[in-house]
Amino acid sequence: MRIVISKRAPLPGWIQLLVPVGAILVTLALSAIPILVAGGDLLLSYTSLFKGALGTRYNFLETCVKAAPLTFTGLAVAFAFRAKFWNIGAEGQLLAGAIAAAWVGIYAPPLPKALVLLLVCVAGFIAGGAWATIPALLKTRYRVDDVVTTLLLNYVMWHIMGYLLFGPLQMPGSSWPRSPAVEAIARFPILLARSRFHLGVVLALIAVAVVWFINAKTVFGYEARAVGVNQRAAAFGGINVNSVIMRTALLSGGLAGMAGVGEVVAIHFHLLMDISPGFGYSGIVIAMLGRLHPVGVALSAFFFSVVIVGAQSMSRLTGVPVYIAEVIQGMALMVMLIALLLTEYRIKAVRS
Amino acid sequence: MEQVLTVAFITGLLAAMMRMATPIIFATLGEILCERAGVLNLGIEGIMLMGAMTGFLTTLGTGSLWLGVAAAAAVGVLLSLLMSLLAVHLGLSQHVSGLGITLFSTGLAMFVYRLAVGSPVNPPTVRPFTQVAIPFLSEIPVVGQAFFNQYSLVYLALLLVPAICFLLYRTSWGLSIRTVGENPFAADTVGIGVNKTRTLCVMAGGALMGVGGAFLTLAHQNMFLIDVIGGRGWIAIAMVIFGNWDPVRGTAGALIFGFLDALQLRLQGLGFDVPFHLFLVIPYVMTVVALVGVSRRASAPAGLLKPYRREEKG
Repeated sequence: MRIVISKRAPLPGWIQLLVPVGAILVTLALSAIPILVAGGDLLLSYTSLFKGALGTRYNFLETCVKAAPLTFTGLAVAFAFRAKFWNIGAEGQLLAGAIAAAWVGIYAPPLPKALVLLLVCVAGFIAGGAWATIPALLKTRYRVDDVVTTLLLNYVMWHIMGYLLFGPLQMPGSSWPRSPAVEAIARFPILLARSRFHLGVVLALIAVAVVWFINAKTVFGYEARAVGVNQRAAAFGGINVNSVIMRTALLSGGLAGMAGVGEVVAIHFHLLMDISPGFGYSGIVIAMLGRLHPVGVALSAFFFSVVIVGAQSMSRLTGVPVYIAEVIQGMALMVMLIALLLTEYRIKAVRS
Repeated sequence: MEQVLTVAFITGLLAAMMRMATPIIFATLGEILCERAGVLNLGIEGIMLMGAMTGFLTTLGTGSLWLGVAAAAAVGVLLSLLMSLLAVHLGLSQHVSGLGITLFSTGLAMFVYRLAVGSPVNPPTVRPFTQVAIPFLSEIPVVGQAFFNQYSLVYLALLLVPAICFLLYRTSWGLSIRTVGENPFAADTVGIGVNKTRTLCVMAGGALMGVGGAFLTLAHQNMFLIDVIGGRGWIAIAMVIFGNWDPVRGTAGALIFGFLDALQLRLQGLGFDVPFHLFLVIPYVMTVVALVGVSRRASAPAGLLKPYRREEKG
């Protein structure tokens, strides 16, 4: 037996759009296996998952809130992958953004609120972006593999944060690794009463539009795509590949940094060691499931937010460990990969 | 300063270096096998975590440490089969397949561990491996206790280095592996099963990664914590590049990393007034710096990252 894979004629657009939906359905069906192994009741598990995430106004808004950082990291990864800059470092860039936002927020200057918020965002964006330009520089100048450096730098930033939280940024009088609270003036306003729906959610949606605009309407977006499709051809076509990679890294890291900003100035109000439960890594799954398209990223970020928020009430009601959310994320990525393959290739098993 | 220069300190430092390096040596050797056959296995971090978890639970349940090690190897092989289905047989992006394996395995490891032990206040522990002194050699001053009074798995890791060198450079299997990694089309022409060879290498590599993970929960420590691997898999990926895809040089890199890791622990233990997080960062930063030094000269197997589809040639 041998697997033979052959190209198929391009499928119509509507099938292409259905692929992620199909992948999600298959993933949810496959999730039955770990749920059953954990002894959870299937019907109750699925209903509690969706009710927990979407059942009430508060839960629905909570899912939107959780989707914001996931959208930012998803956009960050998607934009980088589109240019074949393998940024697996969204986690570290998120932390860099969170640290910068906390710093500005704790020592907020006496300015109008709008200016302080702008300052917080700019600081977080630049910190994340700057952190991402290190692997980009190493890639373009020294040909160091970007996968490895972006991954390793996640741990470096985590330890830098640890140093700050046990040192200069530690709350006075506290023995825990946590910073003082950010000033009220530096906090994102809550936009809908009786919820945590904050400015950052809207910023995430704006970021979706901005990334779409950059991709579709700007020279930079075109160049980034060209570099991703074929770097040598792009260089022959007169594109400064190194400059494009650097700018891609800056934008990608900046977007990831914004995820950290929201977590500090809208959710936790302190910088904490566990400020991110792996949002940066989830961004990889979200980017792939969203087919690297900004709107797709937003939709798949929402889906994963449903899974993450819903898994908590599923866990409470059925006893299935809350880590089911991570298992589902991992399965979704692999199912999506296979689904994408099926849209481009026919797979046949033949007797050899 | 005089505390640093004592014989006891140096012996302890070298012994700790061996302990810190061992999981990375296993993982680096495993990854070299995969990459020499043309498969970048980014599932390494997750496979190590699953190995650590499976080995720990097996030993917790059966009381047998070696059964734990065997279970860790077996789970590494199973996850590698998934990896090779995606990246070898279906020819999907090796980057994304590997990350998928890591994300899936990470979730699964936490899920299964929580399912098996619940959430007790004190995590369960096993009675870990004890050191085995090699007669005579362990009595050599300074280095004897460091190198020859170690866990069996440390000796195993060191013995695997020449064994894998022999396999890769001195056997016809090794030639097949290297040919598949460098030029799969040529390998196919002379009748080597490209995907079969790649699958076997990924499986063997996965077993080593699993054992590397199990070393952390069965010898280095005696419990399973969610961040027990802590990026050691990524360090191994870096060591493969640092060692230019050669088992001996990759192992040397792992030993240097182990030395830095041991040094930061020891200096911290002596109460040097330096924040320990800055110490923890040193091995990672040094690894990145080392990569800058070697990357221009690095020569990856030419077939790395390229799926092999006979139908797509010519």
